[in-house]
Amino acid sequence: MRVVKRALLVGLFVLLYALHQDVWLWRSARPLVFGFLPPGLAWHAAYTIVVAGALWLLSTLAWPHALEREAEQVPLRHPEDEA
Amino acid sequence: MIPTTIVLLYLCVVLYIGIFAFRRAHAGEAEDFFLAGRSLGPAVFLLSLFGTHMTAFAILGSSGHAFGNGIVTYGLMASSSALVVPLGLFLVGTRIWAVGKRYGFITPVQIFRDRWETSHVGTVIFVVQAALLVPYIIIGVKGGGATLAAVSGGAVPYWLGGAIVALVVMSYVFFGGMRGTAWVNTLQTSMFLLFGAVAILVVSRGVGGFSAGMEALLADPSTAPLLTRERVSPLYFLSYTLIPLSSIAFPHIAIFCLTARHMRQFKRTVVLYPLCLLVLWLPCVLLGVMAHRFADDPRIADKLQARAELAQGGASLEPEARADLQRRAQADDVMLVMLERTAPVWLVGLLGAGIMAAVMASDSQILALSTMFTEDVFAHYGGKERFGEAVQVATGRAFVVALTLVAYAIAVAVPASIFDLAVQYAFSGFAALAPLMFAAFFWKGSTKWGALAATLWVGLATLGIAVFQSLVPAPVGPPVVVWRAFELDLVARTAGGTSILGLLPVVPMVLGSCLLLWLFSALTPKPSEATIARYFPGNQ
Repeated sequence: MRVVKRALLVGLFVLLYALHQDVWLWRSARPLVFGFLPPGLAWHAAYTIVVAGALWLLSTLAWPHALEREAEQVPLRHPEDEA
Repeated sequence: MIPTTIVLLYLCVVLYIGIFAFRRAHAGEAEDFFLAGRSLGPAVFLLSLFGTHMTAFAILGSSGHAFGNGIVTYGLMASSSALVVPLGLFLVGTRIWAVGKRYGFITPVQIFRDRWETSHVGTVIFVVQAALLVPYIIIGVKGGGATLAAVSGGAVPYWLGGAIVALVVMSYVFFGGMRGTAWVNTLQTSMFLLFGAVAILVVSRGVGGFSAGMEALLADPSTAPLLTRERVSPLYFLSYTLIPLSSIAFPHIAIFCLTARHMRQFKRTVVLYPLCLLVLWLPCVLLGVMAHRFADDPRIADKLQARAELAQGGASLEPEARADLQRRAQADDVMLVMLERTAPVWLVGLLGAGIMAAVMASDSQILALSTMFTEDVFAHYGGKERFGEAVQVATGRAFVVALTLVAYAIAVAVPASIFDLAVQYAFSGFAALAPLMFAAFFWKGSTKWGALAATLWVGLATLGIAVFQSLVPAPVGPPVVVWRAFELDLVARTAGGTSILGLLPVVPMVLGSCLLLWLFSALTPKPSEATIARYFPGNQ
């Protein structure tokens, strides 16, 4: 299951990387999305939002908990400080 | 004078923050001065990390690039970064934080030295990192001078504006160290994120709405191509996606990863990073394109005229004439021009302060270079043992002063174009150093000899491209093929730089770095089992 989850996540980001290369919109100037965004720009704006969602998924499903647990056990020199 | 006054007031606020941070500091402690005691909270961590990554290019350069190249700017630089940068922070940044917390590392070179059980290879990496970082610092000082000169309408001359910015940055870094830098960056990021939203509303009103503006651009054959990417090859666009790899290899970003109080802060940072990029870059790119609607402004008209003359004149232009046209065609100030036309004067001042915030990103780089020198050279070669930690911190502060003064002197004396090119090399150079980071944390088989080979390759390749571009002048029109073989255009000189098989140099640089890292690692002894176990714990 862990292997499958990892493979799906890797596949998701490979797909996202491929979708960045939106050759089908290369020469398109219409239709203007929301009346002012050229399709090439609208695609990449939406892409940015989708990437944020994918990163949320990644940080939820593949967070290195063991790494965090070990490092958090080391105390700070001045734990009373927070900048 | 109102915009200038507001910008100067902003600089005073920034200075106060830095000095206030000094009062909070634990004097004489290196970890406190260089890493804010690893105590940055979630909001400060996200905003200061983002602010550290963004430079003058994020506002001035992006709109200027969009003015000349159109909407491609966003896909080229922003959406690719939205994917690659947070991914690097998630995969590598968290691991940098974890080993830093466990073993007390303060710089990336300390991590490399420990990971690959080496001393002098780390010094080589330090030298290459420092050489690539210095142009950034100079560009930051130049940007500050140029912005103050533009906002004041020339009342504050360039040399004085640069001196003011250099002095302010030097002061709050000197007094506040990482804590001061992080707080200032938090303020700056908040300002320039707000700037994008405000600027787009104000300018949109000034052009009668973006819909009407876009329709007008589409109707004009000279501006319609700006709304597509027909002037850029898909191969160039693809190769540019490797540039954001540089982020995790930038020393100031890697060092920032060490400042988080808790590892879970990376979660929010990673998710919000793309959205911060969207909020900043989308308005700037739109506004850069929309600047063509201000062609009645003499400054915009002059830029358009210069571009037209460059396109017509081509290779027949004399070098001086070409250089003059290129200077006139520079579009980094289009944002300010539009704001002066459409915004009330007090808002121009606030927006000018927002631009100044982005321009002053050199604070993190100055501090990073100071941290690197103090830890990777001074302390590593016995300075800390001999003179103590307080002297180490004092050395770091002295380095901040010396570096800023030297950067200012160079920034005033030497033309900007040189450093614009140097920053281009720095992006490619650091991107090609990124494989070292990934190898350190994800490949047990990597060795110091692989790291050395990759680092030397990066240094030589960067130098080689710089020499090539200085010997072969940039063409005004299509690329000039310099080396053709096997019916392929192997190396060409383009208007913007160099292309290798139609790709940006960053592609062969990164591939070469990976290949050499793999090859030399495969042929040389691995680090000890104890070291491997520290970086690859069994239950990870």
